[in-house]
Amino acid sequence: MKLIFEKSVPGRKLSLLPACDVEEYVLPEAFARQDALELPEMSETDVSRHYTELCHNVHGVNCGFYPLGSCTMKYNPRIDEEMAALPGFTDVHPLAPTYATEGCRQVLDTAKKYLCEISGMDEMTFQPAAGAHGEFTGVMLIKQYHRSRGDEKRTKIIVPDSAHGTNPATAAMCGFDVVNIASAPNGCVDLEALKAVLGDDTAGLMLTNPNTVGIFDENILEITRLVHDAGGLCYYDGANLNAVMGIVRPGDMGFDCIHMNLHKTFATPHGGGGPGAGAVGCKAFLKDFMPHSATMEGEGSIQVRGFAGNFLVVVKAMTYLLTLGREGVPEAAVNAVLNANYLMQRIKGTFTPAFDRICMHEFVLDLSEFKKETGVSALDVAKTLIDYGMHPPTMYFPLIVHEALMLEPTETESKETLDWAADVFRKLYQMGYADPDYMHAAPHHAQIGRPDEVRAARSPLLRWQKA
Amino acid sequence: MNYPNDLLYSKSHEWVKEENGVCVIGISDFAQDALGDVVFVNLPQEGDEVTAGEAFGDVESVKAVSDLLSPVTGTVCAVNEELMDSPELLNSDCYGSWIIKVENVTDKEELLDAAAYEAHCAEEE
Amino acid sequence: MGSYVPSTKAERQAMLEAVGLKNERELFADVPQSMILDRLLDLPEGMSELEVRRAVTAMAEKNKVFSTVLRGAGAYDHYIPSIVKYIPAKEEFLTAYTPYQAEMSQGVLQSIFEYQTMICQLTGMDVSNASVYDGATAAAEAAAMCRDRKRTVTLISAAAHPDTINTVRTYCYGTNHELRVVPLKDGKTDLAALKEMLTPDVASVYIQQPNFFGLLEDAEQIGEIVHGAGAMYVMGCNPIALALLKTPRECGADVAVGEGQPLGMPIAFGGPYLGIMATTQKHMRKLPGRIVGETADNDGNRAYVLSLQAREQHIRREKASSNICSNEALCALTAGLYMAAMGPDGMKEAAKQSMAKAHYLAKALCALPGVSMKYTGEFFHEFVTVLPKADAVLKALEDKGILGGLPVEGGVLWCVTEKVAKAELDRAVSIVKEVLEA
Repeated sequence: MKLIFEKSVPGRKLSLLPACDVEEYVLPEAFARQDALELPEMSETDVSRHYTELCHNVHGVNCGFYPLGSCTMKYNPRIDEEMAALPGFTDVHPLAPTYATEGCRQVLDTAKKYLCEISGMDEMTFQPAAGAHGEFTGVMLIKQYHRSRGDEKRTKIIVPDSAHGTNPATAAMCGFDVVNIASAPNGCVDLEALKAVLGDDTAGLMLTNPNTVGIFDENILEITRLVHDAGGLCYYDGANLNAVMGIVRPGDMGFDCIHMNLHKTFATPHGGGGPGAGAVGCKAFLKDFMPHSATMEGEGSIQVRGFAGNFLVVVKAMTYLLTLGREGVPEAAVNAVLNANYLMQRIKGTFTPAFDRICMHEFVLDLSEFKKETGVSALDVAKTLIDYGMHPPTMYFPLIVHEALMLEPTETESKETLDWAADVFRKLYQMGYADPDYMHAAPHHAQIGRPDEVRAARSPLLRWQKA
Repeated sequence: MNYPNDLLYSKSHEWVKEENGVCVIGISDFAQDALGDVVFVNLPQEGDEVTAGEAFGDVESVKAVSDLLSPVTGTVCAVNEELMDSPELLNSDCYGSWIIKVENVTDKEELLDAAAYEAHCAEEE
Repeated sequence: MGSYVPSTKAERQAMLEAVGLKNERELFADVPQSMILDRLLDLPEGMSELEVRRAVTAMAEKNKVFSTVLRGAGAYDHYIPSIVKYIPAKEEFLTAYTPYQAEMSQGVLQSIFEYQTMICQLTGMDVSNASVYDGATAAAEAAAMCRDRKRTVTLISAAAHPDTINTVRTYCYGTNHELRVVPLKDGKTDLAALKEMLTPDVASVYIQQPNFFGLLEDAEQIGEIVHGAGAMYVMGCNPIALALLKTPRECGADVAVGEGQPLGMPIAFGGPYLGIMATTQKHMRKLPGRIVGETADNDGNRAYVLSLQAREQHIRREKASSNICSNEALCALTAGLYMAAMGPDGMKEAAKQSMAKAHYLAKALCALPGVSMKYTGEFFHEFVTVLPKADAVLKALEDKGILGGLPVEGGVLWCVTEKVAKAELDRAVSIVKEVLEA
């Protein structure tokens, strides 16, 4: 389709603003822009049709199945959107006087109370705008803690090789050296490998549990104890919290600080890549190191963003928690786990699970044997799924499984959807043997065929230019 | 795979050619094949110091990045700027496309001749 | 109890049996049983949608919404066209994840490509990323991208937004780099001090234009000074002001960043907002965050993809320059949509009216006894006045539904946008007058 710039017609405009009702002010030439301001010139119909056409080329979780592992693509309730769009929230200035923002504070306090209870933490901040931003905030707590004790020798953060790339990148942003440890064959922490790297230079460990292959690490208490005994702290990456919320709490597993992705576990929409929110919680002894804002009330020693964070996202998460309540939260987790196990069971016998055992909220298929026999890769399978209207699973992650497809159906999918998805997977398995070339060339009925990513990276074209 | 006899090789798949005390460094056929389509090369600047066994830059493909390890210790005296615009040269002509030249060489890694390097590659595969 | 789980009890039982389990408890057999919560969470009981609506609406009603806002300081209450509120609420845009699968995400990818182009048009820069979290984090990311092995120190003007200074300081503390603050002179960056502070270890200098006090910095001259010392120049911009002001490119900036909230996002108690970040061709590969590029598919059709990914954390891991993965895609879509709806004339008109009305208010306030401009410099749509009885004045305004300026050291920081009609400004001035004359 055409770019918006190619639809521009000089002279077209919307009528949005009245004429200026005060005397014009003339900006001195020394400050004035010389470059012409080139933006699209459109009618309101043009704008509306353009974006409607764009939205037809997007697949959201509310439009269809989206089993993107590790991203918890659950249905995003409409009531949450409507509540976050109330003028009583959208039209509040972040620096309005305290008495005028009592409602906003109630939202933050309520969300904080519930999320502290779910995570087993004592304090919570909503300043971080995303999961990775939460990781940065959380690991900064660890840094400040050691510094405050004059314990400058703790320069290392331990990260398992199965971790999401943000974990090591975060540790580096916080000035730590990263120690990668190999996982045990089942994707869990290898206790011996952990013991071998722990020492008086250990600042902490970053871990998700359930881990990135969808298995709950049964040694978790031993792991966090070992780290604490060495003088380090334990950071919980909440990416996989959906499996266990209301059932077991990171705080009870021995973690000292945590981030939760409100846009995963707590049903706020991801908007095609943000805004998210990465609420960070900590135990009481880390409280003084939590962030504050220079322009708002509150104590703290660091600041990771302007004002109080992505407030409207917190409104949505709180609305979701009010809806679910104390029974609904664990019910969601149980059904997320049940749905994952059911889907894995239905696919079994065709594609091979990397770990053939009860999984948590997600599972990984290992297509390396299938690829050896058919030549069809995980990528080919993913691309063929698009033709069936299913968003592909996470591909080639975690790195410890070759030809990995990671599926996370979530609790908001029905049995029919899971049955349908399993049938599609079975069909593609057979297709791999019958017609591999068809799958190499997939998708055949999508918005575009496979894009040339090498060309995109070698000769970057990152903006439209007038011909 | 092609491993010219007039070059020496590091175990991390760089080739080295010594010309009048200056070491010319590139990546081997094995390396370019393993990387796939090279889309960008991060290069050092002239005058930078490089250390044997340590990274002096990196090579990007679409979905991966690999460090370029220097087989020698010394000072970078020339950088192949052509690779900035045409990184694909590392795929199409990896021995014709040197990456850096190093002078004042004070230390070298243990380097392999073509036959020994070929055996090393066979082991890695 | 509210729930979004579609399966009935019978269906769940059937699924459990298919998996070979007797009860739900067995799903969690790997979890050490001692750790399992043996009680209900301390949360209220779940609610129906109607009950939730009542409860949350009641919270919203506890806030006081002012019909007239004369406060900015980083959150600007501009007019948001109706279409700009409506389109981002479409479920396709709203409920998609990051566009990892290009064949299923061309709409999101194209919207970001268009956003990137508009940010380049607005700033005069060559390359924009798909956005970062907000203006403060954009400044912090810019500081990181400007460092190299030899130049590691970051300078920031004391006239930048306090939240920006604090955020940049935090990020610098993270990587163990030094931040030095360039002092103020008459409400602007002290150029003499800046010159002295530009030592050979300085990587970059951050200036906000217009600055926190609303004043226009001598941005071009600062660019010359910074480049003269071999450092990089980062300019923090207000995107509405850019419709009228010299672009970062015209001022010589190497990196342009800014808070994108004025481009169609509500003030919303601080977020979600939008971090704008653009640079020159030369520094393209140092830009953090997602970037969308144009390419072709296997039939030669135009196609958009997430590009230059080898810069990012999922590939570089601990060697990545930033851990950022999510951007603020829906806010970027909103900003692109806003700029398309406003068009070049609408953008200029919003900027001109904001500036004209701010000057009108400044003049009217300064005609009152004891009120005067704290600084004499040129300003855009914010200004600081000395204001006697500031607390009483602001309270009186609030009682009449007007959120007055923000108390800052030595005065009050006022802001006016195109949204405020002359009659409202006149009403505000008469309320101030009443208090001052009482």
